[in-house]
Amino acid sequence: MNITLNGEKKEVPDGLTVAGLLEHLSIQSQRVAVELNENIVRKTQYAETVLRNGDSLEVVSFMGGGSAA
Amino acid sequence: MSDDKLVIAGIEFQSRLWVGTGKYKDFAETKKAIEVSGTDVVTVSVRRVNIIDKSKENLLDFIDPKKYKILPNTAGCYTAKEAIRTAMLAAEAGITKLVKLEVIGDQKTLFPDNEATLEAAKVLVKEGLIVLPYTSDDPIMAKKLVDIGCPAIMPLAAPIGSGLGIRNPYNIRIIMETVKVPIVVDAGVGTASDVALAMELGCDAVLLNTAIAGAKDPIAMAEAMKYGVLAGRLAYKAGRIPKKLYATASSPIEGMIGS
Repeated sequence: MNITLNGEKKEVPDGLTVAGLLEHLSIQSQRVAVELNENIVRKTQYAETVLRNGDSLEVVSFMGGGSAA
Repeated sequence: MSDDKLVIAGIEFQSRLWVGTGKYKDFAETKKAIEVSGTDVVTVSVRRVNIIDKSKENLLDFIDPKKYKILPNTAGCYTAKEAIRTAMLAAEAGITKLVKLEVIGDQKTLFPDNEATLEAAKVLVKEGLIVLPYTSDDPIMAKKLVDIGCPAIMPLAAPIGSGLGIRNPYNIRIIMETVKVPIVVDAGVGTASDVALAMELGCDAVLLNTAIAGAKDPIAMAEAMKYGVLAGRLAYKAGRIPKKLYATASSPIEGMIGS
């Protein structure tokens, strides 16, 4: 199935969860926050949140910055 | 000065100099400048994780959240909706409930969109975040933000990155008289005397980034800023002499030769 991850189209296996996706990408889940179709996914829900074809995800973290970037 | 602590929403801040983490050469320089500045508050932006290059170093590997208070910001957001989403994601990352709320109104000046800032602040305060809003140096706006639950106000000194220093010290003074919450001057300071002036006015803290990161020697400027804040705060607490038009002798008249 196809999802949009941080603005990029990406093909992922059917039935993948948010936790599975982060693991697949080698991203440490404690350092990020995830939005699925503009709704925040709580960390406790990563394992049970199954992705669907056409989903749009944002995975963000803290980067350097002061004001207005 | 060790008993002269700044408290916002129950959080105790050791330093009155807050620094940003952008525009440095690399993370090593960021880390060194932060250490030398003596700060305990660093502001960070919230950005998409680089999916392609995951080997990229993480800022939090260099800035220990146990040692520093992390202040996520909504830098680069141009609408209330974007800023709300970004702030909520920052809170969900799980390190802090603090957020420096920024809604920019215009690319050229980077002045805040006060109306959108107020709208976003209302939502985020209701969501339980500790909202520190970046605003123009407008006392009326400051009051509105405090009225809806912001525990501190962050008025600009001058446009972000301009290095112009406090353009309107009188407005900053009126803000301090209008609202009884801590005032953190945010954006536009250029050098150590600018931060000293902000502190002498009675502001509670100064947040800056470009003034250090953009200096020829950022590490030396970080140290200068540390002393600027300390000197300004001490001078404020000491209480300066009034300004007068004419001279007042500082030596006694009595006992002069030939008298």
